[in-house]
Amino acid sequence: MEWIGDLIKAFLVGGMICVAAQILIDKTSMTPARILVLYVSLGVFLTAIGVYAPLVSFAGCGATTPLIGFGYSLAEGVKKAVDERGLIGALTGGLTGTAGGIAAAVFFAYIFALIFRGHPKK
Amino acid sequence: MNMDSETYKKFTKARAPKSPIIKDCLRAFWVGGLICTFAEGLLHIYKMLNMTEENAKTLVPITLIFLAALLTGFGIFDDIAKYAGAGTLVPITGFANAMASPAIDDKSEGLVMGVGAQMFTIAGPVIVYGVLTSVIYGVIYWLCGVIG
Repeated sequence: MEWIGDLIKAFLVGGMICVAAQILIDKTSMTPARILVLYVSLGVFLTAIGVYAPLVSFAGCGATTPLIGFGYSLAEGVKKAVDERGLIGALTGGLTGTAGGIAAAVFFAYIFALIFRGHPKK
Repeated sequence: MNMDSETYKKFTKARAPKSPIIKDCLRAFWVGGLICTFAEGLLHIYKMLNMTEENAKTLVPITLIFLAALLTGFGIFDDIAKYAGAGTLVPITGFANAMASPAIDDKSEGLVMGVGAQMFTIAGPVIVYGVLTSVIYGVIYWLCGVIG
C-alpha cells in the first residue's frame, strides 16, 4: 500500500507549490507568464544547488508536475550530458531532457488548433 | 434602504468574501494537488503496464499536456482555470494551455503567424529562460568538474 503514501505526498507537495504561486499572483500582481518564467528558472537553480532532487525523490510527480519540475528536467538533462560528453553537454542536455514535453505540447496544440474553433473570451 | 457611507462600508465589508487570498489559495491547493496526484497515479499505472521507468516518467507529462490541450479545445480548461488560478497554471497543464489557447484562438491570423507564432507568446519566454539558465548551469557544472 506504499502507493497511497506516494499519492498523498504528491498531493501535499504539488498543492503547496501551487499555493506559493497563488500568493505571488495575489500579492504582487505578477502575470501568469512571469510566474511560469520564474518557476522554470527557479527549478533549474534549485536543482543546480542540489535542493530539488531530494524533493523529487520524496514527492515524485508532486515535485515534477509543477513547472519547477520542467526546470528540474532541464538541469538534470544538462548534468547528465556534461557527464557523458563534456562541455558540449551544456548545450545539448537541457532540450534533450525536456524533448518529449515540448514536442508533445507543440504537436497537440497544433492538431487541436486545426480541429477546434476559438472560444470568445468571457 | 438609506445608509450613510460609514454604515454602507460596514454593510459591504460584512458581506464581502472573506480575504479572497485564502479562498484563492485553498482552490489552488486542492486543484493543483489533485493534478499532481493524478500524475502520480498515472505513473504507477504506466509502470504496472510494464513500461520502463524512463518511458513512464516521460509519458506522464505528455498525457497531462494532451488532456490540457484537449480541454482547452473544448473551452473547458478556461472555466477550471478561472476557479483554480495557480492550481492549473503551475502544473505542466498551464504550459500546455498557454500553447494551445492562443494557437486555437488566433487561427484566423493564419497557420504561420497565427497558429505557429502565437503558440509561443507565453511558452517562448518559458523555454528561453529555462534553456538560458540550464546552459549557464551546465557551464558552471563543467567548470567545477574541470577545476575540482
